Amino acid sequence: MSTATKFENQVVCTMDDLIAQSGVCVYWQGHQIAVFYLPKETPKIYAIGNHDPIGKANVLSRGIVGDIKGRLVVASPLYKQHFDLVTGECLEDASVSVPVYSVALAGDKVVIDF
Amino acid sequence: MTAQKIVVVGNGMVGNHYVEQLLASGLDARITVIGGETRPAYDRVHLSEVFSGKNPEDLALCTRDQYKNAGVDLQLGDPVVRIDREGKAVITNSGRSFPYDKLVLATGSYPFVPPIAGNDLPGCMTYRTIDDLGEIRAMARKSKTGVVVGGGLLGLECANALKNLGLDAHVVEFAPGLMGVQLDEGGSRMLRRKIEALDVKVHTSKATQKITKGEKARLKMSFADGSDLETDMIVFSAGIRPYDQLARESGLEVGPRGGIVIDYHCKTSDSDIFAIGECALFGGMIYGLVAPGYRMAEAALSQLTADKVPFKGADMSTKLKLLGVDVGSIGDSHGKTQGSMAYVFSDERQETYKKIVVSSDGSKLLGSVLVGDCADYDTLLQYYLNGIDLPENPESMILPSVAGGAPALGAAALPATATICSCYNVSKGGIIEAIDGGCCSAAEVKAETGASSGCGGCAALLKNVVDSELEARGVSVDKSICEHFAFTRQELFHICKVEKIQSFDALLQGHGKGRGCDICKPAVASILASLWNNYILEQDHVGLQDTNDHYLANMQKNGTYSVVPRVAGGEITPDKLIVLGEVAKKYNLYTKITGGQRIDLFGARVDQLPGIWADLVAAGFETGHAYGKALRTVKSCVGSTWCRYGVQDSVGMAIYIENRYKGLRSPHKLKSAVSGCTRECAEAQSKDFGVIATENGWNLYLCGNGGMKPRHADLFATDLDDETLIRYIDRFLMFYVRTADRLQRTSVWLENLEGGIDYLREVVIEDKLGICAELEAQMDSVVGTYQCEWKTTIESEDKLKRFRQFVNAPDAQDENVVFVQERGQIRPANDDERAEIIARSA
Ligand code: SRM
Ligand SMILES: Cc1cc2nc3c(=O)[nH]c(=O)nc-3n(C[C@H](O)[C@H](O)[C@H](O)COP(=O)(O)OP(=O)(O)OC[C@H]3O[C@@H](n4cnc5c(N)ncnc54)[C@H](O)[C@@H]3O)c2cc1C
Ligand code: SF4
Ligand code: FES
Repeated sequence: MSTATKFENQVVCTMDDLIAQSGVCVYWQGHQIAVFYLPKETPKIYAIGNHDPIGKANVLSRGIVGDIKGRLVVASPLYKQHFDLVTGECLEDASVSVPVYSVALAGDKVVIDF
Repeated sequence: MTAQKIVVVGNGMVGNHYVEQLLASGLDARITVIGGETRPAYDRVHLSEVFSGKNPEDLALCTRDQYKNAGVDLQLGDPVVRIDREGKAVITNSGRSFPYDKLVLATGSYPFVPPIAGNDLPGCMTYRTIDDLGEIRAMARKSKTGVVVGGGLLGLECANALKNLGLDAHVVEFAPGLMGVQLDEGGSRMLRRKIEALDVKVHTSKATQKITKGEKARLKMSFADGSDLETDMIVFSAGIRPYDQLARESGLEVGPRGGIVIDYHCKTSDSDIFAIGECALFGGMIYGLVAPGYRMAEAALSQLTADKVPFKGADMSTKLKLLGVDVGSIGDSHGKTQGSMAYVFSDERQETYKKIVVSSDGSKLLGSVLVGDCADYDTLLQYYLNGIDLPENPESMILPSVAGGAPALGAAALPATATICSCYNVSKGGIIEAIDGGCCSAAEVKAETGASSGCGGCAALLKNVVDSELEARGVSVDKSICEHFAFTRQELFHICKVEKIQSFDALLQGHGKGRGCDICKPAVASILASLWNNYILEQDHVGLQDTNDHYLANMQKNGTYSVVPRVAGGEITPDKLIVLGEVAKKYNLYTKITGGQRIDLFGARVDQLPGIWADLVAAGFETGHAYGKALRTVKSCVGSTWCRYGVQDSVGMAIYIENRYKGLRSPHKLKSAVSGCTRECAEAQSKDFGVIATENGWNLYLCGNGGMKPRHADLFATDLDDETLIRYIDRFLMFYVRTADRLQRTSVWLENLEGGIDYLREVVIEDKLGICAELEAQMDSVVGTYQCEWKTTIESEDKLKRFRQFVNAPDAQDENVVFVQERGQIRPANDDERAEIIARSA
């Protein structure tokens, strides 16, 4: 993930754009980032790369979120592998992972630190 | 005492089994194995699977390393040519000598090639080893036609292999019928009919006199009746002959037609030499199957240990699939026993043949022949092997279920001695012992006893026995849907219904743990939809849906979606067809007619879906639920309106049915079809519920399936009027929705339903459970609350917000989605094409 140029904190969307218990996708300078809003968790918001390295398509924002043995995950809608929302690791294949972004809420703004 | 030297000649299936058992017995021995083939033992039984895609390596039964690590001296590719009985040693082809205290001959057999002039011309071959496979494959590449000489079990399997290799396959049999050893005349005739339907040409009563060079093909076979047949290759499969030269030449007793004579202890006429497997002759018989060979190996080994188990012959009953045709033969299939009586049921339309042979007083089963349908095999075999008393009307064992059906033999009814797995000789008692020893599932029993790890034919029975045994002990088998709920789908359904639960969160709070996952969330969403039928994109439900349900379209491999509008019964007006074409053009979508009589539009981006649907809804289309575990299509044939044979309006009925059940969420997808007469052009018998018109009304078929494991639907009720038909379907569907497992199609559900189709009739027709009124009311409520999900969605500003590719960049494109043109339409670019296109545009 560290290959990306270092940007300042970037407002990518507002709270209003998010879907509770689910994901949306934001676009920033060629990056596709899946942002998940889980109001009952702490923190409430998570961001990982939208590209599914196994299904080879930009779809992770459209997966189902949940937990597997306590780890917060999203299941890829293509072939159902699980990706850890905190570490980006693929639970089914340790050699595969997706980038994780630092994301925060500032008022009703969603801010990603590139 | 020093360890005794044991030499095993032949490393085939039986020889290998002997070594495995020997190692397991812990006997102190120095073991040498000498194999004629260059490979360690492999699974000959599944040889032909190499033609349908298996690797030869997958057939291995052991490896050189395994033998080495166990201290076995394995010599391959150097066959034994002589036994020096006096010096107690065997001598190999290369001249090496291996001394023995005990010698075990497991040399198997070779294919018999009839003495016909020309049988050694190029293109003539045999089929027994992995090397043979290579030669057959190489020859097939240069051939168009292939003949198998011999219409027995192996010959037919070989014909299948030739067909898989793309050849025009023929079977030439000397006798008047196929598989004469196992089948009676009627069974043999039915088998022939089915095999010919698969385009394998069968020539019976043909004695080949000579083989010469052909004119149009490589070879020409001339028959005794004056006819001839040209072919590019010939595989001989006219029976087997035991490899007994070693024994013969060293003065051991052999049978008049070959085979090394052995006694109850598998000893030959030299008490230090044993013979086992297909080279051995016991009671005047060669056992050409692997299970009896394994029993011989165990008997021979036990002579060196304390227990001394005798070999007393073996049952030769078999069940197999030849060219996809089920064939079974049990015991005295020809009815040769004095005073025996036979019952025969032959159905030329379904192409099944079933015969049972019973004792003169009708109380015991002596034998059976099954062709085209082996569903009853397991039960019949248990009656036969265990001498269980037949029911009062033995014919009920083979009559189709319309007339009452065979009494299913529950696992609990079997005696402890009943053999469950004949490959590994595991009895019901052995399974019970394994469970006593702590096994808690079929998988554990399999690992412990080996049961069902051979041919696999006993897997279903094994599971039944294990489950019934566990249940009898009050052990509950863990059927939890996932780590978040310790319940089955059926139990969750019940909880939601009784407690009137309306949301996933409420269910999780009351009855689950954690946060849920991609298994339980969609399953619960489906249950809530079946019960309350709320709009699935409501705030509470949206996070539960699979992407297909979430976006009301089917995700494709590149992340775009396909759109399938409903075309009830496959009937569509020209105007609507034009609209589909116009929409496809406007959004540049790929179009294809589906296998379900409708039109699929592929390649839509998320943000295009609302626009596409606005156009479609305006033209009167509704969502087709191609994305949901819900009713898909009700196919129709044209029926009495146009067709000269039709007896009812099948299109009208299909449209009515499709409109009634559209939107019904279920454990898995549901499909249906209505045919206008018995010609069955709508293929209704492969559907979850199928309807076929009769002169007097409709026949209803239930629980059919196409797909991965096809199942013919069962005839459930006949000559129904419209109203009764719909009532039965209402009840059937709701009963299924309530009781099935997650992702269980009706076919598998029925197969697991205790009591089967008869029980289903009792529930649906006779209202045995007293729930029919409730089932109908629930269906009425679902039908009454139907809404087109797409219409609701495009009418709501808020819902449409979700169909944004990127929430912050309406004009950005997913660079990963790239199309190329093919046959005048778009298709997703493959990886190379995409890389090239992106490089060019950069
Ligand atoms: C589009 C279509 C193929 C076509 O181009 O003709 C199709 C496409 C898919 N089928 Fe199918 N099936 C299509 C007709 C069939 C049929 C034929 C029929 O319905 O008459 C069958 C066999 C009949 C049956 O279901 O018994 C069929 C048996 C399956 C199965 C195996 C089901 C089984 O029980 O064994 C699957 C896998 C599954 O559902 O788990 C499947 C799954 C799929 C999926 C959903 C695979 C996937 O996850 O992507 C495909 C969705 C593609 C899409 O986006 O639309 N499809 N599929 C057909 C859509 C018909 C329609 O108008 O809705
Ligand atoms: C295509 C096919 C399908 C079959 N399907 C079934 C089925 O569905 N069910 C079933 O029960 N059975 C089936 N069989 C039969 C089953 O494979 C045999 O019963 C089983 O392999 C017999 O085992 P065996 O060890 O006696 O002989 P083999 O497996 O033939 O092994 C004998 C070995 O000894 C070697 N050998 C011979 N002479 C010497 C020598 N002098 N020195 C050293 N080594 C020697 C041979 O090269 C061979 O490797 C099938 C057979 C074939 C060919
Ligand atoms: S058969 Fe396989 S590839 Fe073809 S549509 Fe169905 S699921 Fe897709
Ligand atoms: S009967 Fe062959 S594995 Fe059990």
